[in-house]
Amino acid sequence: MSEMEKILTEELYRIAPDIDVAEIDREAELREEFDIDSMDFLNLVMALSKKLKIEMPEADYPDMMTFTKMVEYLEQHSK
Amino acid sequence: MDYDIIRKSLDIKAGSNMPDYEQAVADFSWRHAKSLLHGFADGKLNIAYEAVERHVKSGCGQKIALRWITKNGDVCDYTYADLSSLSSRFANVLDRLDINKGERVYTLLGRVPELYITALGALKAGCVFCPMFSAFGPEPVQARMKIGGAAVLITTKALYKRKMVSIRAELHELREVLIVDDSESEGSRDFHGLMDATSDQFETVAMDPEDMALLHFTSGTTGMPKGVVHVHEAVVAHNITGRLALDLQPEDIYWCTADPGWVTGTSYGIIAPLTNGVMLIVDEAEFDVARWYKNLSEQGVTVWYTAPTAIRMLMKSGSELPAEHNLSKLRFMASVGEPLNPEAVEWGNEIFGMPFHDNWWQTETGGIMIANYASMDVKPGSMGKPLPGITAGIVEKIDGGVREVSEPLTIGELALKPGWPSMMRAYLDEEARYQKCFVDNWYLTGDLAVRDSDGYFWFVGRDDDVIKSSGHLIGPFEVESALMEHEAVTEVGVIGIPNETAGQIVKAFVALQSGYVPNEDLRLELLGHARKRLGPAVAPKEIVFRKNLPKTRSGKIMRRLLKARELGLPEGDISTLESDEK
Repeated sequence: MSEMEKILTEELYRIAPDIDVAEIDREAELREEFDIDSMDFLNLVMALSKKLKIEMPEADYPDMMTFTKMVEYLEQHSK
Repeated sequence: MDYDIIRKSLDIKAGSNMPDYEQAVADFSWRHAKSLLHGFADGKLNIAYEAVERHVKSGCGQKIALRWITKNGDVCDYTYADLSSLSSRFANVLDRLDINKGERVYTLLGRVPELYITALGALKAGCVFCPMFSAFGPEPVQARMKIGGAAVLITTKALYKRKMVSIRAELHELREVLIVDDSESEGSRDFHGLMDATSDQFETVAMDPEDMALLHFTSGTTGMPKGVVHVHEAVVAHNITGRLALDLQPEDIYWCTADPGWVTGTSYGIIAPLTNGVMLIVDEAEFDVARWYKNLSEQGVTVWYTAPTAIRMLMKSGSELPAEHNLSKLRFMASVGEPLNPEAVEWGNEIFGMPFHDNWWQTETGGIMIANYASMDVKPGSMGKPLPGITAGIVEKIDGGVREVSEPLTIGELALKPGWPSMMRAYLDEEARYQKCFVDNWYLTGDLAVRDSDGYFWFVGRDDDVIKSSGHLIGPFEVESALMEHEAVTEVGVIGIPNETAGQIVKAFVALQSGYVPNEDLRLELLGHARKRLGPAVAPKEIVFRKNLPKTRSGKIMRRLLKARELGLPEGDISTLESDEK
């Protein structure tokens, strides 16, 4: 697991501790796979943005829709 | 009440379905409202006939009834004729599976066409339609299916696996499960396979106006969820309130963003728009700022019915995105779910050139009861005035009864004179709980409100402990029960705490059995435990540990006190407090 995958996994665990990241489909919709609602998603984005000290504007949300896409997004923006 | 009144122009008033509110109130009769529908001989009727068949019979079959936008953004149109034949097929499927008139047809689905087909087909066949929220976990699903005696469930493969497998054996009355995105597998059938094998002709069953049509669940402070019963006659109210409160006109393109698992998603997400013959926009995807503005502009939405949580999230995202979209088709915006703060009403006026029109109603009322109308000046923060045909009042409790208070701005309980067509007819199998809602010929809503000297109503608060999060009512008892099932937990108190976006969020105070240490791992374990059972919409967003929770002499946890302390409010009467918080 890459560093960024670990960070995302950790933050997801804090919001949806009932879901095992090993069992999800990383290409499917993140919100559905982790059973998180809009509020949870906002909290996730806020936590990641704080931890990585990056801006994650709402206009970019479409680029964060799956686990894989989110990791890519974080990797691109935290350089 | 310090915000400027938003005045309506003469043009807007003249173009609306109800140009003069006072006149409409004076002229209104439910008999006339009913005459706008078709009905059958001997006073019988059927909601599905009024929603779909009536338009097909009058030559509007080729009009688009429902435009479905898939998650990927593809668009799929269904005409009124399509809905007619598909719902007939589904009614035939029910018949073939030996699901009879009066039996309960449940859905656990997102915003997919099968939901609308199921709702209309079930009603056509005389069955009772009961939608469930797909973000519920197995426990809320099980409670709702048990209480309502679900005979058949329509769901997806993923939701079945996640929410149904663990509880199926407990549901003794459940005879069939139909899966919309999978072929036949163990214990379930293929929805589309069955649909394809039946005829698209079905004669709508003529129902008695008082026959049960819809079952919606709502939460109370104590006990399990309540099954709220609505009858076919309710369509009279759905239709006229869609016309008066949402100003629906036949050429409208209407977008109701409510989830189909809640009452708004049925009354104003299916029935009212279809009986009014409009084109309905249905977006499968969840809330997303950019996508929503795109929907409004690309689909040319004219009437938009949404919720405070969404409006506040749009507000937060700023005014640049809406400026990039052509929103010129939009002519009426309404909001429901919880009181819309005046800032949001004004923001709407600034960005869209019109205010959001807040309205008020409940699962129990079946339709909009108090509203801001297209033709009426808006006082930001007010829920508006009662619909024509509805008598609302502010009452105070006296000696086991209630009395209406006439002095403006007196806080009391919001109450309605019973008798409108979409009023609930029962809490399923809970007659005593139902009767408790009616006192001295008033229906008591449980909401506290005031009426100002101009007759506008203003929400003040809830009279009980129910939590309103993102517009959804959550009963603290349901959340507490789920947490109590965990071996580490000895006591739980659950309250709603204010949240900028969601209105309120669920917070749980937990005391542990001896031997358990309150730490982050245990907190996350409890959170996971609650989410697994309750689903994300109901599970607490915050959990904190306490050594002891404040209790009365009889051992009842004092949620009121937890809340007052959380919010730094006066503790009020604590004479019944026996064992205090630690």
